[in-house]
Amino acid sequence: MPDNSVSAHGASERTEIAHEEHPAYLRHHFNSTAQQADAAGFAMWLFLLTEVMFFGGLFTAYLVYRNWYYPAFVVGSHQLNVVWGTTNTAVLIFSSFTMAMGVWCAQTRRRRGLVLSLTLTFILGLVFLGIKTVEYREKIEKHHVPGFHYSVQSFLDPQSDPEVYKEYHDKPLVPDMARHTELYFSLYFLMTGMHALHMIIGIGILGFMILRARAGAYTAGHETFVDNFGLYWHFIDIIWIYLFALLYLISRH
Amino acid sequence: MSDTIVSLPDQSTARIPKDNYITRENGLLSWLLTGDHKRIAILYLISLSFFFFIGGALAGLIRLELLTPQTDLMATDTYNKVFTMHGVIMIFFFLVPSVPATLGNFFIPMMIGAKDLALPRINLLSWYLYMAGGLLALYTMAIGGVDTGWTFTTPLSTHYVNTNVLTTGLAAFIAGFSSIFTGLNFIVTIHKMRAPGMTWFRLPLFVWAHYAASILMVLATPVVAIAIVLIALERTLGIGVFDPTKGGDPLLFQHLFWFYSHPAVYIMILPGMGVISEVISTFSRKRIFGYTAVAFSSVAIAVFGFFVWAHHMFIMGISNYAVLVFSLLTMLVAVPSAIKIFNWTFTLYKGSITFETPMIYAFGFLGLFTIGGMTGVFLGSSGTDIHLTETYFIVAHFHFVMVGGMLMAFLAGIHFWWPKMTGRMYPEKLSQLAAVVTFIGFNLTFFPQFILGMLGMPRRYASYPPEFQILNVFSTAGATILGVGYLLPVLYLVWSLKYGAIAGDNPWQATGLEWQTQSPPLTENFVEMPVMDHEAYDYEWLEKQQQAQKETEAHSAG
Repeated sequence: MPDNSVSAHGASERTEIAHEEHPAYLRHHFNSTAQQADAAGFAMWLFLLTEVMFFGGLFTAYLVYRNWYYPAFVVGSHQLNVVWGTTNTAVLIFSSFTMAMGVWCAQTRRRRGLVLSLTLTFILGLVFLGIKTVEYREKIEKHHVPGFHYSVQSFLDPQSDPEVYKEYHDKPLVPDMARHTELYFSLYFLMTGMHALHMIIGIGILGFMILRARAGAYTAGHETFVDNFGLYWHFIDIIWIYLFALLYLISRH
Repeated sequence: MSDTIVSLPDQSTARIPKDNYITRENGLLSWLLTGDHKRIAILYLISLSFFFFIGGALAGLIRLELLTPQTDLMATDTYNKVFTMHGVIMIFFFLVPSVPATLGNFFIPMMIGAKDLALPRINLLSWYLYMAGGLLALYTMAIGGVDTGWTFTTPLSTHYVNTNVLTTGLAAFIAGFSSIFTGLNFIVTIHKMRAPGMTWFRLPLFVWAHYAASILMVLATPVVAIAIVLIALERTLGIGVFDPTKGGDPLLFQHLFWFYSHPAVYIMILPGMGVISEVISTFSRKRIFGYTAVAFSSVAIAVFGFFVWAHHMFIMGISNYAVLVFSLLTMLVAVPSAIKIFNWTFTLYKGSITFETPMIYAFGFLGLFTIGGMTGVFLGSSGTDIHLTETYFIVAHFHFVMVGGMLMAFLAGIHFWWPKMTGRMYPEKLSQLAAVVTFIGFNLTFFPQFILGMLGMPRRYASYPPEFQILNVFSTAGATILGVGYLLPVLYLVWSLKYGAIAGDNPWQATGLEWQTQSPPLTENFVEMPVMDHEAYDYEWLEKQQQAQKETEAHSAG
């Protein structure tokens, strides 16, 4: 056979390497487990890139309207509960830590450690959603849900509502600016809602992973799934940190 | 120079290989649950063709209505629905996935010497998402359709229409995810699955074009997804991000929408350009002139393509400075497109050109895409754009690029790779005729529309002043011919599945790795993992290869 043939000698060397280790989880179209893990990780990063672009549309809208209606955004922001917000930030950062522990346990093949870390992450995720629910409930009570008997009363005449007035003593807005607070709350619900949706999906996957981890699925050398889910979880965490700063911390002195 | 380069095996002895990706498994389920990129490509091909003919039937209705100046075939609001559904189906369910999901899916792994795409299950998922979106669009049509235009313009779509914006939006949203997954899969595959020796600059230009298009799919599509979500929430919950009465701005929707939908036209055309590179090289027996320039021009189109979206908004009240900048950037994107056209032309220069069907389509592409591209420069200049936008000039412009360009490329590709996909040849004379009919029909349909636009006939109206009738009659007559041109291939391609001549491994004497294996290919594509030891489009290598094969055969016989 001539040297320049397509199926020349180089190939046999390569296929031999591939045949050395052939665990069950190596899918047929990959040559090695390293290539398989590499491809999956790369795909996950690309997927996160699409997520960045997805949230990017919302961040753009936020940027534009915050510049246009800054006073409305300030008083709107003051109506958020910064204590709950900070607590939630802490909860989520801690869950990122437990997730990172989970990835480490999977890589070092510690099954019980993995199950424990994933369960903790699962619980912390639920705690975050619980706190979020409390916050949303507060908005409903204050009539701050856009499109759903929204009221600008608390911004036109803050003192009329002691509940609204107790923490921050904002001056009343002129009616034209006051009605733009609805836009602030639209963005608040959109961005946190979209984030919460990602949390719910993440928690669902975590539940599935805990069941599989108990059966020892990720602690026998094939931890790609845990690795990539970890990336996703950290990504949600980072998005929240931006949301926290942009929505809760406008003009807090 | 010979008349043809087609070299078929001896028809009396040739057989389709017993074991191939079609025969390996049987039954409907083996197709619906397959992970094989080739089978998924076939699923896509069948479903895409189905949607193409639905979109085409709607186009036929539009042309029939426009045959006379009055609104006589259908009421004006029905007409609005018909052109909207034509746009939605053709763009989201035909043009965007057309070449990537069929030919790209089938041949990218084979061209780079891989057994499959990196993520076969994601690939299958993307087909299911495509089908879900497509069926939802059909359902929308059945329950009364939508009349906002495929652009979902706010506040029309959010406040003023009572048609099915939500289901159509959801259909486009789901199809968007299908597109994201396809693009993501291609990028990962091209990065991680190349065979030994297959360096970036040995990749066929088809792969480069898909790589550039995939970047656009991955980065641009999520933005239209969020724009659609915002419209849906504005319609249902009344949040006011695009609502001026609440301080929102409809222009923001335009920015978000065109941030996807402009790159989307490059998602549609780049893979077609990849097909043209392969076809022109093969049928002029020459390496593509300026390979590196053509490869990078694909990437340049993708990059520039992100910075020109506001040229769709010149008359929408964006600032004059923005118009100036976006006009300039729009001119810039013409440069890499022109690089491609010039390099293809130089490839033809002193090549041994033969005129098989794919090449006829490719020639059609060169001419029509050039006209489409040049008229784009008219529209990119803000002065002329103010006169021409929202007229038939713009309709003619994007049909020249999309139908004259992309559809020609799609048909070129389907004919070019048909022997590899099915193992059989299509009837050459008949298909050459179909290519010519398509070309004539296309020009007769859309060239008069340039003139109509210059004269000031606005788009999206069911009636028009009587003095425009003669040109509209030409256009409708052309559309009829075009329809015949598109039906013919369906008929003879289906015929060829059973009665076509056996193609053999490499009927075109092409150099790509996909031609160095049996047709139809094995499920694993190659018997042994290929090693790439030559440049792309190296016809001398191919000759030596065949020489050597003959010698070994002679040896073993002797």
